[in-house]
Amino acid sequence: MSTTNNTIGTGYEGNIREQISGYFLKVKSGDMGSLPAMIGLIVLAILFSIMSPVFLTSLNFANLFNQAAALIVMAMGLVFVLILAEIDLSAGVTAGVSAAMLVIGLNAELHWTLAIAIAVVSGVVIGYFIGIIVAKVGIPSFVVTLACFLAFQGLQLLIIGSGGLYRIESSEILAIQNSNLSIVQGWIFYLVSMLLLTYSGFAARRRRSRNGQPNRPITFLYVKIAVAGVLGLVLVAALNLERSSNKAFPIHGVPIVVPVVLALWVFCTFILDRTKFGRYVYALGGNPEAARRAGIQVNNVKIAVFTICSTLAAISGIISASRIGSVDASMGRTMVLSGIAAAVVGGVSLFGGKGRLSQAVIGGFVIAIIDNGLGLMGFNAGINLLITGGVLLLAASADAISRKRGNVVVR
Amino acid sequence: MGAPLPVIELLGVEKSFGAVDVLKGVDFAVEPGKVTALVGDNGAGKSTLIKGLAGIQPYDKGIVKFDGKEISIESPRLAASLGIEVVYQDLALCDNLDIVQNMFLGREEVYRGTLNESAMEKKASQTLAGLSVKTVKSVRQKVERLSGGQRQTVAIARAVLRDTKVVILDEPTAALGVAQTEQVLALVKRLADKGVAVIMISHNLVDVFAVADKIYVLYLGKMVAALDAKTTNQNDIVGYITGTKSAQMGNK
Ligand SMILES: Nc1ncnc2c1ncn2[C@@H]1O[C@H](COP(=O)(O)OP(=O)(O)OP(=O)(O)O)[C@@H](O)[C@H]1O
Ligand SMILES: [Mg+2]
Repeated sequence: MSTTNNTIGTGYEGNIREQISGYFLKVKSGDMGSLPAMIGLIVLAILFSIMSPVFLTSLNFANLFNQAAALIVMAMGLVFVLILAEIDLSAGVTAGVSAAMLVIGLNAELHWTLAIAIAVVSGVVIGYFIGIIVAKVGIPSFVVTLACFLAFQGLQLLIIGSGGLYRIESSEILAIQNSNLSIVQGWIFYLVSMLLLTYSGFAARRRRSRNGQPNRPITFLYVKIAVAGVLGLVLVAALNLERSSNKAFPIHGVPIVVPVVLALWVFCTFILDRTKFGRYVYALGGNPEAARRAGIQVNNVKIAVFTICSTLAAISGIISASRIGSVDASMGRTMVLSGIAAAVVGGVSLFGGKGRLSQAVIGGFVIAIIDNGLGLMGFNAGINLLITGGVLLLAASADAISRKRGNVVVR
Repeated sequence: MGAPLPVIELLGVEKSFGAVDVLKGVDFAVEPGKVTALVGDNGAGKSTLIKGLAGIQPYDKGIVKFDGKEISIESPRLAASLGIEVVYQDLALCDNLDIVQNMFLGREEVYRGTLNESAMEKKASQTLAGLSVKTVKSVRQKVERLSGGQRQTVAIARAVLRDTKVVILDEPTAALGVAQTEQVLALVKRLADKGVAVIMISHNLVDVFAVADKIYVLYLGKMVAALDAKTTNQNDIVGYITGTKSAQMGNK
């Protein structure tokens, strides 16, 4: 066996120009990832900043993060399920039930961390239950989660009581969406994030060279760090601006929910990209039979995926409750549809096998920005829904068309 | 008789799907370092026999011996742990994963709890280079972008990635052009020379006679012949395959 000179490349070789043309080739062949959503996001941001004077204010900027947070977390959970070409229609009511469990815990005078634990565990239990039924009984997830969608609405109603509404008094829970890092904490958050990004970038290169494998030109890493650095800088600086019109009550800083969502995103991305489990999730979504033959415990992976989805839905419910400041019997019901829309708009395939959490984040921002921008311009909810629906259809069409194109073998 | 002990031996194996009896008491033996060809007409039950060895569809009845010990291969995981690797007719690759990920699927290398991508990448390139594969541009290509021949190559490379005892190839040359067929057959021989027991299913008798040491013929779910490749010829084999030659277990 030749150890010195492999005739087969890895895609990491080649200078900057070759790498870039390779990327364009990939995009041309239909593998666009989150590129359309990214462009859409930028176009929408420019459009709304021109059309609404309020859009580009620091108050609205912070508001956008608060608005998008719960949606993004739910969409991240749905990405796991969508990769398996499954669906979880009950993620919204799971968020609602978990939020209801949160207020029950709080009302029982439990410590807020314990109340959060109860809410999260509710999500774990619900997801495990759905996973077992889908994997072991073999009912399509559409039907199982539709049944759960109905049944858990009932459960939520029973917990909350019809017409009931529980206010959240816990300042710690409210802080998630209503308090901000101090200006200094914001910059520390920025520095730590940048350090981690830089470290992981160089560590990955070191690992490859230690195994004798080529790396991409280091310029790409520098560009990545620079882009993230500038974006992060602008973001933190903008959020650190004073956004209260009342001098007596200053509001500034990065909303606490931002590092929370970022941490969830990094952690879950790590699971999907760097662990065996993550690899099995993709394999199962791509070809279940191949996964089974490779000895993967298909049922366990399925159960774990539904558990992760519902757990993230529960966290999304906590974030929602923090933002609204109360929990009622209908909370979360419609959010699952926005969550699915966010994932699909971001570029997650409905056909399974493809999808990244970053796409849920970008898609979540697209949905939130449409909601936010149209609201600022005084359009009513009807227009908002029409446009969001149109965008979703567009994204799903792009998915279907790129899939067709992808099936043509290009060499 | 001085022959090496069979690594796999099947005695009176049966399998049915509902009312359809697909395997009706099949005897089969595979020796290490030999290429054993399994031939038979469409629907004779070849793939079904193989799936039993791979733990995909365990047999309903019969005795399975591995290294002389009676066992039952209930799962693909067990088959893999015994050192049985299968390359299926329908390949079963994950289109959304790249070549490295497919080759290592289910047996990823891990370093401190995380996937050791570059180590796997290196071994994948080395294995492919060892099979003198030149048609694949990059091991990080998604499998969905590969041609039929390239996919077959990936599937075989996957099977020989580790030291395996038994490699089962279900029509490995069916989708290949002349040059790649040559390469695959050369590889099949090389595997056997290394001491691997190779089972090859094929409809192409030229390929079979090119590499096989022993030829088994399945006819409608029954093993009608077990012949030494040196002492038989294509006409006889065709006779057994089509059922014009009578059922008899050949020179034992
Ligand atoms: N899962 C199944 N359910 C029902 N019938 C099956 C199943 N698998 C195989 N069969 C039947 O069993 C018979 C043998 O199939 P098998 O695939 O083993 O044949 P084969 O010898 O591999 O044929 P080919 O040369 O076409 O690949 C066929 O009649 C087929 O229809
Ligand atoms: Mg077959």
